Amino acid sequence: MGTGTGGGRLTDTIEREQTRKPKQEMQTTNEPAEATAAEQATLRKELLRSMLLQRRFEERCAEAYALGKIGGFCHLYIGQEAISAGTMSVLRPDDYVVTSYRDHGQAIARGVTPRSVMSELFGRVDGCSGGKGGSMHLFDKKLGFLGGHGIVGGHIPLAGGVGWAIKYRKGDQVCVCFFGEAAVNIGAFHEALNIASLWSLPCVFVIENNRYGMGTAISRSTANEDVKARAAAYRMLGESVDAQDVFAVRDAMGRAVALARKDSKPTLIEMRTYRFMGHSMSDAASGTYRSREELEENMKRDPIVILHDIMRANNELSDGEFSKLDEEQKAICQDAWDFADASAEPPLENLFTNVLVESTS
Amino acid sequence: MAVITYREALTQALREELTRDENVFLMGEEVAQYNGAYKVSKGLLDEFGPMRIVDTPITELGFAGVGVGSAMVGLRPIIEFMTWNFALLALDQVVNAAAKMLYMSGGQFNMPMVFRGPNGSALQLSAQHSQAWESWLAHIPGLKVVTPGTPADAKGLLKSAIRDDNPVVFLEGEMLYNTKGEVSDDADLLVPIGKADIKREGSDCTIVTHGKMVLIALQVAEALAKENIAVEIVDLRTIRPMDVEAIATSVQKTNRVVVLEEGWEMCGVGAQVADFIQRECFDDLDAPVIRVHQADTPMPYAKNLERAAKPDVPKAIAAIKKVMYLA
Repeated sequence: MGTGTGGGRLTDTIEREQTRKPKQEMQTTNEPAEATAAEQATLRKELLRSMLLQRRFEERCAEAYALGKIGGFCHLYIGQEAISAGTMSVLRPDDYVVTSYRDHGQAIARGVTPRSVMSELFGRVDGCSGGKGGSMHLFDKKLGFLGGHGIVGGHIPLAGGVGWAIKYRKGDQVCVCFFGEAAVNIGAFHEALNIASLWSLPCVFVIENNRYGMGTAISRSTANEDVKARAAAYRMLGESVDAQDVFAVRDAMGRAVALARKDSKPTLIEMRTYRFMGHSMSDAASGTYRSREELEENMKRDPIVILHDIMRANNELSDGEFSKLDEEQKAICQDAWDFADASAEPPLENLFTNVLVESTS
Repeated sequence: MAVITYREALTQALREELTRDENVFLMGEEVAQYNGAYKVSKGLLDEFGPMRIVDTPITELGFAGVGVGSAMVGLRPIIEFMTWNFALLALDQVVNAAAKMLYMSGGQFNMPMVFRGPNGSALQLSAQHSQAWESWLAHIPGLKVVTPGTPADAKGLLKSAIRDDNPVVFLEGEMLYNTKGEVSDDADLLVPIGKADIKREGSDCTIVTHGKMVLIALQVAEALAKENIAVEIVDLRTIRPMDVEAIATSVQKTNRVVVLEEGWEMCGVGAQVADFIQRECFDDLDAPVIRVHQADTPMPYAKNLERAAKPDVPKAIAAIKKVMYLA
């Protein structure tokens, strides 16, 4: 498993520098002018809560993996939480999300309960996929969460299909598709983007550029590291975002979702981020393909710390209130753990269910 | 009843099902303006418009994935591959997405879709365009695999496939499109998936076959009838799920079996059929099961070599005589 944060305990990856001077200019947002200061503060607190929940949840995942409660592959999202929190905050309940195998944070940010996600990771019957999918295959139909998919880039055309179905039915929903920067070199990415632009499908393609495809740095895999430039080949808008800033994510996603919803046009967005953990639980966070110095330098731009600094500067969240919020998320994660631990293993007869359905139209 | 071609039978099935359910659409290369590479979708663009009959770029993986995504949210796509040889580029979507979605989502997302197109060899198309894929695809739990050999089965099975709430792989015989047969014009007449059909009754030897090889089997039976050998033909029609009961019933009657298929020997459909037979009918057999299949080579171009590579009437007759200890 990964060594986590420079040898520190896995269960607190948020390294605070209490003396750090918050940057006032980071408060800018594109929120509507009429949003009151109180409303903005509420929104900030909600985004902070979402990111904290994802973070604390995955810290428990790492712990559970070490204890053997989670098996198989387990890819953590720590460091990238602003992307899911910011994105989900601009989506409607009837929109759709399709994603890759690094899906815990996105599922939770979309509203899949921590209990059902943890149960899935533990391989239990109360899991959001009945214990049949595991870490890489989280699904929740009622939330329009169309999975966790395990083949790099293979799910990108699915988002085009959801977009096609929206257009077919003359709906105004949007489909957001997440994938890593390494997926831009696979054919499915290009085929999907071409189709989405050619047919004007209401999709937002989100590249989560954490700079490493497994252990391969983008400079070693990608001829043109400016991955948003791929959009131009398909006459699509492309944009790069500092994705450690949740409001930058929210702004860019807000615009892309609006373009998809109103004009049925796709956008390609590069979210520049960094993964604080290894590719999966099988590799160290640093030491092989990237240095500890690089990791530590990038961990200084923790999306949770960045947002908290803004809120502290605004005097809208005291350290005591932050601790209380944090403790609440930890309690939710403990509850999820306890629930998953108590959940039954799937009955053996479930081995043969869900292979086919019996019905016809 | 009317005598129509296999191609027209497929077109009828598409038209009837497109009319019946507005969630059904056809997507693939050249299906709309060009009327289909093999003209199976002839006239459908004019009838149903460009949202229902959809031309795609040459992008098999892309449009197969579009089909999967649309099926996840309740549409009923029919994805046409110009040939199954090209579908190899899309196999990730067929195998990793469509076949797995229901299972790995714990039953939340079924895949009401059809992947269809011509399969197997035609004439002198050589190595990359002459392959029969059913044994590959039938290996995968989560798929149904259908191989109609006659116009009536083509229509009835395609209608069943479109109405099925599972992903159905529908393998049409590239050399069958112009063949003719009696087909019902009853829009409600379906041929059930998973049921074999006795195409000819006989008591001396069984041929188990499917798809294009059904026509070869019928010619073999006709020729051997003149030698007073009564051949029974079990047309599997569906490879997955396979109708083991129909096979066993016939073997218990004839005690001798030849399995005839278009594909290669290694891990082929016939290997699975022979396995079912040894398990279900061990004491009924009077001779080992013999298989007739394509030579274990890529398909050659030269006419004489191609003929030598393919299973045909003389090879099947020789196999039957061998299994009857007449040769």
